[in-house]
Amino acid sequence: MATYTLKVRRYQPESGEGAFWEQFEVDLDPSLSVLDGILQAKDREDGSLAVRCSCRAAICGSCGMKVNGSSTLACKTMIGEAHEQANRRKANGEVPPPLGADEQPPPGSVDGADNPIVVEPMGNMPVIKDLIVDMESTHWEKIRRVTPWLLPHGDPPEREYVVEPESMIDVTQSMACIQCGACVSSCLSMEADPEFIGPAALAKAYRFVGDPRDAESVERLHDLAHDPHGIYDCTHCFSCIDACPKGVAPMDQIMRLRRKASEAGIDDDPNNGHNHSAAFVKMIEKKGTNDEALLIQESYAPGVKGKLKPTKGAIEGLVKSLPTVLRAIKTGKARSLSKLIPGIHPKLPGGAQDEVKAIYAHAEEHREEFNIYIRGEEDVEPEPDETATEEKV
Amino acid sequence: MKLAYWPGCVSRGFTAELHGSMAFTAEKLGIELVELDRANCCGAGIIAEHNQELADTLNARTFALAQQTGLAMMNICSTCQGAQSECQQRLDADSAYRAHINEVLSGQGLEYQKGKDGFTNKNFLWLLVEDYGLDRLAEKVVRPLSGLRVGPFYGCYVVRPKERLGYDEFPERDLYLEKTIEALGGEVVEYDGARKCCGFPVITMNRETSLRQAGTHVGDALDAGADCLVTPCPLCHLNLDMQQPEAAKIVNRDLGLAVLHLPQLVGLALGGEPKQLGMGKHIASTDWVEERLAGVAA
Repeated sequence: MATYTLKVRRYQPESGEGAFWEQFEVDLDPSLSVLDGILQAKDREDGSLAVRCSCRAAICGSCGMKVNGSSTLACKTMIGEAHEQANRRKANGEVPPPLGADEQPPPGSVDGADNPIVVEPMGNMPVIKDLIVDMESTHWEKIRRVTPWLLPHGDPPEREYVVEPESMIDVTQSMACIQCGACVSSCLSMEADPEFIGPAALAKAYRFVGDPRDAESVERLHDLAHDPHGIYDCTHCFSCIDACPKGVAPMDQIMRLRRKASEAGIDDDPNNGHNHSAAFVKMIEKKGTNDEALLIQESYAPGVKGKLKPTKGAIEGLVKSLPTVLRAIKTGKARSLSKLIPGIHPKLPGGAQDEVKAIYAHAEEHREEFNIYIRGEEDVEPEPDETATEEKV
Repeated sequence: MKLAYWPGCVSRGFTAELHGSMAFTAEKLGIELVELDRANCCGAGIIAEHNQELADTLNARTFALAQQTGLAMMNICSTCQGAQSECQQRLDADSAYRAHINEVLSGQGLEYQKGKDGFTNKNFLWLLVEDYGLDRLAEKVVRPLSGLRVGPFYGCYVVRPKERLGYDEFPERDLYLEKTIEALGGEVVEYDGARKCCGFPVITMNRETSLRQAGTHVGDALDAGADCLVTPCPLCHLNLDMQQPEAAKIVNRDLGLAVLHLPQLVGLALGGEPKQLGMGKHIASTDWVEERLAGVAA
């Protein structure tokens, strides 16, 4: 049993006052959860402290919130670990008074600090009361946006659909989602662009794109690529991967949607996402390292077609990047010819470029996707055993 | 200390001052760098998005080249670190998959071996704290950055995902910039954006979102009283520094905050002159940093 301080961001709309911070002291075993701490405070100190929860076992997805600034499930976060994290982090920039001569620093403490565990409602969502947020506009509406049900063609079978078990393995990761909204809360793209469809809904979209029973995968991909706030609006910050309590890795599912969209030949998205990716991949095959001038040119005006008939978006993109390039020339950042003229950037030296090309040929033929979530990690490296083949016989 | 050194693409492209300042700083620290000049781009997550096996093989090649030197590997780019760690995690997860990847490398006389001679690939920031040591760094300081208020900016790829980036073993990797700033005698500025995204990955795809991210973080750091930012990621530098005047237009406020590469900040404390460290090549003026340090003799 130990005593912890919870610093809770509270908001009581009926009071007419703005949000405020309130600290609660709770006594708990370190292996119990932050949610247990909140419920103890509600029970013993203030029954009006509002929190949404149900199963307390990371199954229902109700108690999404921020603990020490990280989006998570409060029931899955051990209070002892949260306390150590708060002390490492100097949460909220607060540094408590130094310890007395005979005091021991608390566990995990940097320079003897003992910080409260900071508890806040989820981010990117309007707060209704205390730790309760309105998930409708930023979560559920976006989930509905991706048509989260199966779209098979033809008459339904007499009994159930029969599919190979292996063909469903690919979508098991995205099926693990419990709709808690932690990924949405943490999403840094949505913070800058509230219209972004977001990690939860896009992971859900992959669940159907990858389902062998769905007959409209290509239409789904086309829709999500052509929405300017769709798959190409993810800024690749990994926040959702860390936030997800169920290992869904939403960003990985978004990258798979991009891969599937490109494989389906969808190359005219308004964000220029496909063209940028294709230009980058091609450039490394040719040059081995980044030829910035070539990348800019080929991202906006790929190949002969892109140069003869550039799109409106491409012209706009190029024009808007001009002032940046001019400033870089002025300071000497981009004064060398190889940084200004596409294609004169040197290849890798001494035959190394051919090695890269050989890797491309091999990998583009196999295109193996190794998903650790599904295949797991080997615990112990097996020792090479030369007699193994003989024994098998 | 001798290391296999992967400088990455951007440090030889639009942020050439990073490559130069790393060379200066390494010499001052007594670190010998063996540059992997035959190595290829890490793929920056984009190649993995297109074809995971391709990204894994390209980076296995880089690791194999580093392993040939028998040295630990160092990079100076958060994005390289993240993209390479992602591939290394898959390569290390399964011997059959690794053998498949090594098939093509063997034709080039290369092989990536899991854990060979304790092989590691670390960003300069991690290496500085974990292997070089901040006490040793502090001893080398000839111009303490006294009074310089520095905002850390990590870059997503060295902060998340924690499970992949060795946070189990090194739980304070997301505090190393603060520790380094303090070891150099500077003052840490706390602000909201230190571990957020600079927006660079979507600069060609959603320019406004991208620049809003960069502009917001620079603005927050200014409001918190920063004299400059420091970053171990050249791609963050492109959005925070090179695009700063454009970001200012999107967030509709004046910015003008110097953004230093990590080796530049270390180099300044080790006695380097701003010009030597390529600070004149930046878009956001670094004059203010020079003024703050002018009173401190090198």
